Amino acid sequence: MKHRAAYFGVFTALALIFSYVETLIPVNFGIPGVKLGLANLMIVIVLYKTNWREALLLSVVRIVLSGFIFGSLFAILYSLAGGLLSLAVMAFLSRRDWFSVIGVSIAGGVSHNIGQLVVAMIAVQTYRVGYYLPVLLIAGLLTGALIGVISGQVLIRIRHIRFE
Amino acid sequence: MKKNDWFLAAGIVIAAAVILLLQIFGSVQNGLTVTVSVDGSLYGTYSLSEDRQVEINDTNRIVIENGSVVMEWADCPDQLCVNHRSISRDGESIICLPNRVVVSIEGTDGKNEENSLDGIAG
Repeated sequence: MKHRAAYFGVFTALALIFSYVETLIPVNFGIPGVKLGLANLMIVIVLYKTNWREALLLSVVRIVLSGFIFGSLFAILYSLAGGLLSLAVMAFLSRRDWFSVIGVSIAGGVSHNIGQLVVAMIAVQTYRVGYYLPVLLIAGLLTGALIGVISGQVLIRIRHIRFE
Repeated sequence: MKKNDWFLAAGIVIAAAVILLLQIFGSVQNGLTVTVSVDGSLYGTYSLSEDRQVEINDTNRIVIENGSVVMEWADCPDQLCVNHRSISRDGESIICLPNRVVVSIEGTDGKNEENSLDGIAG
């Protein structure tokens, strides 16, 4: 990839902007940790247009940067757990022909929430947080489907663009 | 959208519904206590039927009123616990991650504790 650095800069900037836009949307479902995950849009698109290594790097850079700008050290830890698990699942599924972008994104959204829940269980040393599991599953399904639908449409429109 | 996507979505909805049902039917409504733990160790237990305020280490304050608990104040930056809806049923909890404070509602007998853990594992 000749212009790798330049493209990666653009991807990072876009992911950070999505993280910022997300802080402007007041979502409070009475349940902590439920977010739209707009930045995941970039992760899904990069995963499909380039490879999992780029997506992994983008995911980590995005989480660390947005954590320092908008969140806290705690937020970084929880986001990393969710983000890495989600990326691993999506990278695995996107290479196979089982699901469309939407299914892959749903799996990513759900596994993101499960990853965060596991870290929360370890951090507070209680299984009580498992109470949130049903809500987090549904939340991951809905946000994952939304991100999947949008990424699918974007991917159709940028199918001639190759990031090289 | 592929057919498999729908199967995946349906599977997740069913899984969530099953876990939710196990939680609802595995719970008891009477004689509940409010358990507060900080950093994984027990801070105190209080009766849910008795109205009172509890200060937790100068970082959080819960209010028990009319059989439900709310986190009234917390010094954490995200304030997720303060915005959390009130809890009143067995197994529900409010968690302040930055301060590692867990406020949960539990049955008074140990048997109930096992039930809710099974509900979560299922």
